[in-house]
Amino acid sequence: MTLPTDLGRRDLFMKIGIFLNSIVGVILAVPIVRYLLSPVAHERKGSYDSWVSLGNLGQFPSGQTRLATYRNPTVSPTDGDTAEIACWVRNVDGQNFQVFAINCAHLGCPVRWFPQSSLFMCPCHGGVYYQDGARASGPPERGLFEYHYKVENGNLLIQSGEMPTPGQASNIVREIRPCA
Amino acid sequence: MRLIKTIGEWLDARLQIGATITETAEHRIPRETASWFYVFGSAAFVVFMLQIVTGILLAFIYVPSAGEAWNSLQTLNHQVSLGWFIRALHGWGSDFMVAIVLIHMVQVFLFGAYKYPRELTWIVGVFLLLVTLGMAFTGQVLRFDQDAYWGLGIGASIASRVPLMGPSIVNLMLGGPIIAGATLSRFFALHVFIIPGLLIAFVSVHLLMVIKLGINEWPMPGRLVRKATYIKEYHELVKKDGIRFFPDGMGKDLLFDGFILLSIAACAIYYGPFGPSGPPNPTIIQTVPKPDFFFLWLYAVLSFLPPSMETPALLIGPVVVILGLLLLPFVFGEGEKSWRRRPVAVLTISLVAVALGTFTHLAEHTPWSPVMDAWSGIPIPSEFLHNRTALERQGALVFQVKQCHNCHSLDNQGGKRGPALDAVAVRQTQDQLIRQVIQGGGNMPAYGKNLSPAETTALVAFLKTLHAAGQSPARNASQTIVQSSDAAAPGSGHP
Repeated sequence: MTLPTDLGRRDLFMKIGIFLNSIVGVILAVPIVRYLLSPVAHERKGSYDSWVSLGNLGQFPSGQTRLATYRNPTVSPTDGDTAEIACWVRNVDGQNFQVFAINCAHLGCPVRWFPQSSLFMCPCHGGVYYQDGARASGPPERGLFEYHYKVENGNLLIQSGEMPTPGQASNIVREIRPCA
Repeated sequence: MRLIKTIGEWLDARLQIGATITETAEHRIPRETASWFYVFGSAAFVVFMLQIVTGILLAFIYVPSAGEAWNSLQTLNHQVSLGWFIRALHGWGSDFMVAIVLIHMVQVFLFGAYKYPRELTWIVGVFLLLVTLGMAFTGQVLRFDQDAYWGLGIGASIASRVPLMGPSIVNLMLGGPIIAGATLSRFFALHVFIIPGLLIAFVSVHLLMVIKLGINEWPMPGRLVRKATYIKEYHELVKKDGIRFFPDGMGKDLLFDGFILLSIAACAIYYGPFGPSGPPNPTIIQTVPKPDFFFLWLYAVLSFLPPSMETPALLIGPVVVILGLLLLPFVFGEGEKSWRRRPVAVLTISLVAVALGTFTHLAEHTPWSPVMDAWSGIPIPSEFLHNRTALERQGALVFQVKQCHNCHSLDNQGGKRGPALDAVAVRQTQDQLIRQVIQGGGNMPAYGKNLSPAETTALVAFLKTLHAAGQSPARNASQTIVQSSDAAAPGSGHP
């Protein structure tokens, strides 16, 4: 009569083994999933949006639009030049500014400013914007992404930290302006 | 010889796989399938092997860091002996692999090989196509140059359009808020570990099924697939008129594989490696990003879709295509295999081929993109300036300075975003030209705020000279009558 008892014990070990490994699997899965989701973790998301300085106001003459660059507020040691971000600063009248993302509102290519015709043109699919960022022609559905700005101690600051994309613009002025 | 045999027997006594290998290698195949049409699958496999070998070799030097990757590619190109050749082999190998996988898929489709009982082989094949394209895209990212950087931006912009989840998907894809170090690291993990792992797993299952179920027989018009009888018929065919795969049936595969490897090497030597283009510094904006060859068609589609159609097409289109491919063997799992009796199949392939070819061709010329330096780099041809008045020449100057040339061509030079203006005076009257310049419209920006009245007058005077020698400019007939009646009865015209 030893055989059934032995089988029963082996069966029990098997069941406990499966149960134990399931528990271990879950215990390991939680940190792994947490690790994978770290780019969207709540505490990190907060740092995607902070005030950065574009430098002294003197660099941005009244009535002109100039390229400005800044180092992204969230960086890691391996970023190299990719943490250097460009944007377009328009000094409207000496008092008011507009700061546009470099990324076209269509698919993110870098738009270039042409002061002679007062237009932004995109080299990828031909999106064109007026000097105030409003859409002029081409495939974009909206005007350029515009950063919030403030002036402090003679420096121009913008609220930035995340690459603007058509589906996301939490820190970006979303309003689509009327035609210039 | 005897020593080798002894060692072989010693090994097999322990491994016990000799019989399985012999059985697999000598499995019987229908005689007609030893054909030049059946070589693409093995060619794709051989190119994949080449990619593994060259990829590992590149990993000896390549540094998957956003700050160093571009420099390590320069080292490979210029300092490591034949580093450029290994890069070129890997780059051309990837183009050949995508091309061969596509040709293989077309052949399998036209020969009805996805029908019963090979549905799962086809489905795994669809996944193989997807992971191959995944390798091509992630590989393009690892060549961390300007094109890679802005290509990632395009990928992120597309992903961001997914409802609700979009921004989170972008953060997960980029590994953070911007394209930076974490982005390259995760694409390295995808390109080197995750996707190749999937690829090896799928290839193994795919091959296993080809051997277990037998290669698709040469389709004969009128020989229909029926689930009840097919397997019996196939076994009879192989028994009656079959040959061993090795050594009788694989000669053409071997010849074609060698030819393909030689072609890749020839392209690598003649054309060299792909890039890298400029360094991935996002403050260098003097760049015209362009995707690699196999994504050019998508680049073209994205410029032609109307804005309102773009997001639905980008998000729903791929799902529909992939679902269609996956469901194909279930909807058409029986019946006629021969392409001679499947006109819809042939038409579908022709249509897809013509569409992809046309989009790719267009994307090589990018008629939708402004030529960013045309205004300063491409002068107006002298015949457009000959015998012109001072005002008209001043208008030509405005045409250049205001970047009109970036979108409008003269004598086929300059941008092709807008219509060519060689004969614009025949199409539009003076008033229409003024209105178009000032108000824009029809996908042209309005220049009203950026042109002084004098500049507009000069520009339109220049545009009015743009017509062929024999053709007269467009004119508004009623305007002539109004103006002549004004002249005849002064004071009685407009108030």
